Formats: sequence, C-alpha cells, structure tokens
Amino acid sequence: MNNFLPIIISRSQSSNLMNFFVPIIAIVLTLITGSIIFLLLGFDPIYALYTFFISPISSSYGLSELLVKATPLALIAIGLAFCFKNNIYNIGAEGQLTMGAIFGGGIGILFHDTNAFWLLPLMIFAGAIGGALWGLIPALLKNKFNTNEILTSLMLVYIALFILDYLVVGPWKDPNGFSFPKSRAFSESGRMPLLFDGLRVHFGLIITLFLIFVSWFVFSKTMFGFQLKVSGFSPKAARYAGFNQTTLIFLAFGICGAFAGIAGLSEVSGPIGLLYRDISPNYGFTAIIVAFLGRLHPVGIIFASLIIALTYLGAEDAQLFLQIPSAVGFIFQGLVLFYLLGAELLINYKLAFKKT
Amino acid sequence: MNDLILDIKNISKSFPRVIANNKVTFGIKKNSVHAILGENGAGKSTFVKILYGLLEPDEGSIEYNNKPFEISSPAEARKNGIGMVFQHFSLFESLSVRENLILGIDETMSYSNLEKKLDNISSQYNLPLDLDAPITSLSAGEKQRVEIVRILLQDPQILIMDEPTSVLTPQEVESLFVTLNALVKEGRTILYITHKLEEVISICDTVTIMRNGAVIDTSSTSNFTAKSLATKMLGQKLDDLKTNYDHIKNEFNFEVNNISCEFNDPFLTDLKNISFKVRIGEIYGIAGVAGNGQSELMDILTGENINISSGEIIFNKNKIQNLGPQKRRDLSISFVPENRLGHSAVPELSLSENILLSQFPKNNFLKNGIILKNNIDDYANDVIKNFNVVTPGNDAKASSLSGGNLQKYVIGREISSNPKLLIISHPTWGIDAGAEHAIRESLIDLAQNGTSIIVISQDLDELLEITHKISVIYNGNLSNAFNTNEVEIEKIGLLMGGKDE
Repeated sequence: MNNFLPIIISRSQSSNLMNFFVPIIAIVLTLITGSIIFLLLGFDPIYALYTFFISPISSSYGLSELLVKATPLALIAIGLAFCFKNNIYNIGAEGQLTMGAIFGGGIGILFHDTNAFWLLPLMIFAGAIGGALWGLIPALLKNKFNTNEILTSLMLVYIALFILDYLVVGPWKDPNGFSFPKSRAFSESGRMPLLFDGLRVHFGLIITLFLIFVSWFVFSKTMFGFQLKVSGFSPKAARYAGFNQTTLIFLAFGICGAFAGIAGLSEVSGPIGLLYRDISPNYGFTAIIVAFLGRLHPVGIIFASLIIALTYLGAEDAQLFLQIPSAVGFIFQGLVLFYLLGAELLINYKLAFKKT
Repeated sequence: MNDLILDIKNISKSFPRVIANNKVTFGIKKNSVHAILGENGAGKSTFVKILYGLLEPDEGSIEYNNKPFEISSPAEARKNGIGMVFQHFSLFESLSVRENLILGIDETMSYSNLEKKLDNISSQYNLPLDLDAPITSLSAGEKQRVEIVRILLQDPQILIMDEPTSVLTPQEVESLFVTLNALVKEGRTILYITHKLEEVISICDTVTIMRNGAVIDTSSTSNFTAKSLATKMLGQKLDDLKTNYDHIKNEFNFEVNNISCEFNDPFLTDLKNISFKVRIGEIYGIAGVAGNGQSELMDILTGENINISSGEIIFNKNKIQNLGPQKRRDLSISFVPENRLGHSAVPELSLSENILLSQFPKNNFLKNGIILKNNIDDYANDVIKNFNVVTPGNDAKASSLSGGNLQKYVIGREISSNPKLLIISHPTWGIDAGAEHAIRESLIDLAQNGTSIIVISQDLDELLEITHKISVIYNGNLSNAFNTNEVEIEKIGLLMGGKDE
C-alpha cells in the first residue's frame, strides 16, 4: 500500500553538483512563481519582471543605487557567516546595526560642528564597538546560562530600535528640527566620501569589499576559521581537539556585531547623514537570506547581496510604474528563502510514497 | 501441543561482514521469565529486533502459541500481544504522563475507560504514576514505569525488556522485580535481555546464553552458578598468548588516583573511586560490557571532561586532571576516542584538514595562526603511506573512507607524533579483519618502543591478545589489575557480570 502523504528519507550521498546549483534553482523558481503572481494580479508577467529586475539597473544611477543597497547587506551577511559557520544562529544583526548607528552616529552628533580627518574613522570605530557590544550580550547569555541565542538576539533588536527611537525624539533631537524625530546632521567630515560625483555609492562599499576579503582569508587560511568550521560540523570533534567553544561564541558574535555595526554607521554617515527612526529597511534580517543564498561563501555573498538588493529597487519601481505595493519586494525575498530551504532539503532528503 | 509460547527455529540473520544470528533455536515457556544472556555483539539485540518486527530474518521460523508467526512491523507485534521496553525510552519529554500514555495507544479508547484501565494497572502491578507530571520531572525509574504501563495498556502476552536495569537505582531495580513477578503470576511471559549474571540467577527461570550469534545453551537457571554462566557466556578464549613483557620498565609514568565523578544523569554512569597505574611501555587494558562507565572514563582521561568530583591524574609527575585535551597533547599524550565520524575525525573535512584536529608540540602546522597547508599535506601523506590507508589522496573527505581505513588514518595521525602515552577506546570497533590486525600490530610496536598505552575495549579477545595488564570496569567501579598472561578468564567474566567472587 502506498502512503497518501510522502515520508522524508535521507539520501545516502548528496550530489555536490546539485549543492552548487541550489541558489540558481532557487532563483529560477522564484522568477517562475513571481511571474505567476504578476499574472494573477493582471499584469503582463514579462513586462512586470522587466520593471522589477531590469529597468532599475539600466542606468548608472540605478547601478549606483544597487550598490548602495548591496553594501550593508553584504557586510552584515559576511559577519553572519562567522556565526552561521559555527552553527550559532544570530538573528539580531538588525539590532547590532542599530547600535552601531547609535554609537557611531552619537560621535557624529557630538562633533557636528567639527571638521577633521579623524572624525569618520572614529565614527566607524565607535560603530564597530557599538555593534560588537550588542552582539556580545547574547553571546554572554549563551555562555553563562545556555540561553537560546535565536531568542535573545532577536529580542535585543527591538530594545535597540526603542533606544534609537528614544534618542531621536528625546536627548538627541535636532534643536532646529521643528520637533521632527531626527538628530542634527553630521558635519561634512563625518560623512562617507562619495565614490563618483552625483551618485550615492559611497566609501562603505570599499570597506565592505575589504572586510569580505579579510573574512575570506580568515575562513580559508587561519586556525580560527578552521575552528569555527569544525565546531559547526561537529561539536564533539571540536571538544576532542580542545577548541574553546566559549571563546568561539564570543568571537563569532563580536565580529558579526562589529560588521553589522559598521554597516549601520555606513548607512547613517553615508546616504542618510543623520540619525532618525527608520535608518534600515530591515537590512539586518534580509542579510540572513543573503548569507544563506551565498552559501556562507564570500564570493557567493557578494552575488547574493546584489540579487537581494535588486528586490529592494524592483519593489520601488514596481510601486511607481505598476502601482503594486512595494511589499512585493518582501514577497520575492520570502520566495527566494523558501525555495532555497526547500531545494536544500531535497538535496539531502528525498520523498517516498512507497511504504517501507 | 506443548507449553511453549514461542518456539524459535533456526533463525539466521547476516549483515555485511558479520553473521549476527546463526541458526538461533530455543523455546520460551509460557508464564516464565526467560533471560537472554550474552556479551556485546553476541546477537541478543538482533534477535529481539527480529521478534519485535524491526528486522526480518534471512531464514528460520518462529511459532507463537503453536502457530506460525510472521510479522513485518512493531505495530503488528503489538497487535499480536508482544510488547517491548527499550533501553532508551521513547517518551515526549515536554508532555505529561497522561498525554504520553494516550499517544502510545494504537486503538481508540474513551478517556474514562483509559483512566479506569490505568487505575487497575497501577494498583495491580505496583506501578504508581502521577498522570499530570511532565515526563522531564521524572526519574529514570519512573520513566521506565510509564513505558511499562503504556505497553500493559495493550495487554501483551509477552513483554521484552532490553537491559531494563541499566539506568535504574538499586531501589528501583527491586521495585521493577516486584512488578515483573506480578506480571508473571498473572500468566504473562517476560523475555529479559541482560549481561548481568546476578539478575539472571535472581529473577529468571530459564536462560539462553548466546555467543557470536549462536545459542550456546538453554537451561533452567537453577543449573547454573554465576561462575558457570560467565564461562558459558565468554567461552574458551585464546590461551597461548605470547605477550612480551621484557621491554616494560619498572617505572610508572601515568597514575589515576581515586577519580570520582557524579553526573546526575540516568544515561551516564557515575565513576566511583577509580585508580590505576601504567608503566612505561606497558599496554593496560580496561574490559567491561558497554555502558559501565567506559565513555565517561575516556572523557576524563582525554580532558574533554575536566569537571571531576575528586581525585587526581598524574603524568610524568605533572598533575593533569584540570588540563584540557590540547594541554595534554602538549605533554605528549595522544587520544583516539571510540567514534571516528564526528569525534576523532570530521566527516565533512578532507584528510589533510583532519590532521589539524590534534596538534603536538613537534608539529609545524601553524605560523601566527595561519595554517601551513604544505606541512599538513606532507604529514597526511606520510600517515597515508606508513599506515597503508586506502584513499585517492589527502584531499578525499573523511566520510569517503571505509571504517577500517579511517581508523588506520586516525590512529596513524596520533601515533606519528611518537607520543609518550596513547589512550585509545575500542581501537578495532566495527572494522574489517585486515585493518584490525594492522592496528593491533601497530599498537604492540608502539609499546615496544616505550610508549605507554591504555586500551578501553569491550572486545575481550582483543584485550587478551595485546595487553600486559587488564582490569574490568563495572557500574563505574574499576577492578584490580591482573597480569594478562596469568589471569583466569572466568575471573574476568565474573567481574564483567558484576560478581567479585
């Protein structure tokens, strides 16, 4: 007799080739599903997909905007890779980003009328410290009390957002801002230099590429990267080798938090130029998708960040030209993640309808 | 007609490379407690799994109540009145006792009916239960009670108990025996799987002794003493050993003094006052049936667990009980734990990368935290060559190697550092005869060259073949050590079964 519902059986050997193709399969399936959704909404799917994915990057301005969005995504995602490789599920990058923006932005507000070469480096440093400290809280809780880092890091996101909220309506409110919930603007030397005249793509991109290179080096060439990998694959082997799991947890969270903090600071000192409530369109959460879509690999993460950044831009264009709510962008992000996880499952497991 | 409830005829079952059951034939009398006694790997579990429908036999037949009996799933076994209590419980920890009992029932039953049945069972068989308690809050004995009640709800004729006392306290054991007696008085039959001699004699009526997959004897327990049971269980072991004692120096370089460790976990065995000493060049064996504290002791010897309650470990005059594994390696101690995949090697990584798991002072693998890939590759190639590891190359994943080849590689990695002390658990577990021979030979060579070796193994033949000294671990206690070439095999057998005299 056959089962009506399939059961899931583990495959003895998963195909390396298919493993490589997982992200591509996920993207193709997302596009197909996307066209069906557009069709059901009454749009010509080809035109809609064009509006969503091609037209936003068919100008130099569009390409620059793509890089502006991809910069924080890639930087946070590579930071998350330090945690995820070690099987630590830090979901709180958004909070670490916010704290980075608060620490770095705080320096920017303090020196709002100073113009000096040291200001931006100091802000970046403060941003990294802020993010790292916020990341170390769930690490400390996990090491001390064995709390679940998924919950604690997520809860800390909302605490960070409320702290930012309080600061921009309270003590850090711009005295000349007509009571708008925003801070003073940073001075010119507290802003990320622009890479091209007239385009918003900024120095944060260079920092991101540099840190991605450093991460690649750490992952593939150093003992620390090896320890992260071994602990992720097999905690017992890590114990046998004598790796210190407590230290690894602190380091992974600290590095991830610092990267997210720098990403947050780059946003406020880059395109924004001051602190206000909505500094990030959920970059910290979306970066989780980027990290997995990029298979936790530095090069993969670069490509994944560009693809996901495109869903942000596409959503804006779709709202403008097709009158579709920009939330469609989140639908695409959700679809990518859904198909990614699904494809991954089916590579390691197969469905069986036969009774065993 | 006869009074056998189960008549087992010529049951055979083979797995790749091993015959787990070889023409198993015996009968189980209705209304009795029937023991199956044997060492690890004697074929007890395989046989019980066949009876419970988890495995299908290659050949042979079973008659149940004088009718042919063929089943293909545990559900069918339960429907036919055969229930089993596993050594590891299958309960939902976060649910209450009542919810677990309801989930275990195959048929539909009204709630009040269930309660009435439960009341009966609880009072009749000395099985008090708090229905609203969550499973997590229960002791191991209480959890086992829930398992037994769950099975009794289906009114089984035969109850299979797999090593039921291994997780129980002595008081819980006593109350379990009361329950078992009540069940038998009622006309049920109990099949009792164990390696503990005392229990066979005290509560079982008949015993079937298995060794190497075959039935050695089936007889009334009144015909046996603990000693004669032990002899039958172990058989005649090789006795013309030519272990060489000449190279051993009369100087101890490793001492364990009164190590005790409490875990507060029913699935771990507390260690009680363990002491032993190893000479330079000596191979010291620790025998025992699985689950008597071997892995707990191994974790303490390797430094993976440094939270001992009391005692000290001394190596070359250094107290090392508080040092982690890497610090111990720095003193030239190397380890090979029992599990290859995921413990002494990471299956997802290449052979070269696996070298990095254990580093010794002489190894030149790192410079300022950066991995020197060439040095590791060279080391891996040497291990592959010197220990005849069959693999396409040092970049092959550890998971792609056969058990024997991976074990040769892991042991090779540890031995190549020329350690002063090697601590190894189950060196030839689950590997083919060729690799087994090669590994034993390399251990003997290593000892000849002045390395002290501690071998923990359930394979008594192996220990008798390679060790100079042997002791037995039982329920967290370690016996005195005997010279392997002089000790009587019955003595070891009695100690393994928990009998001192």
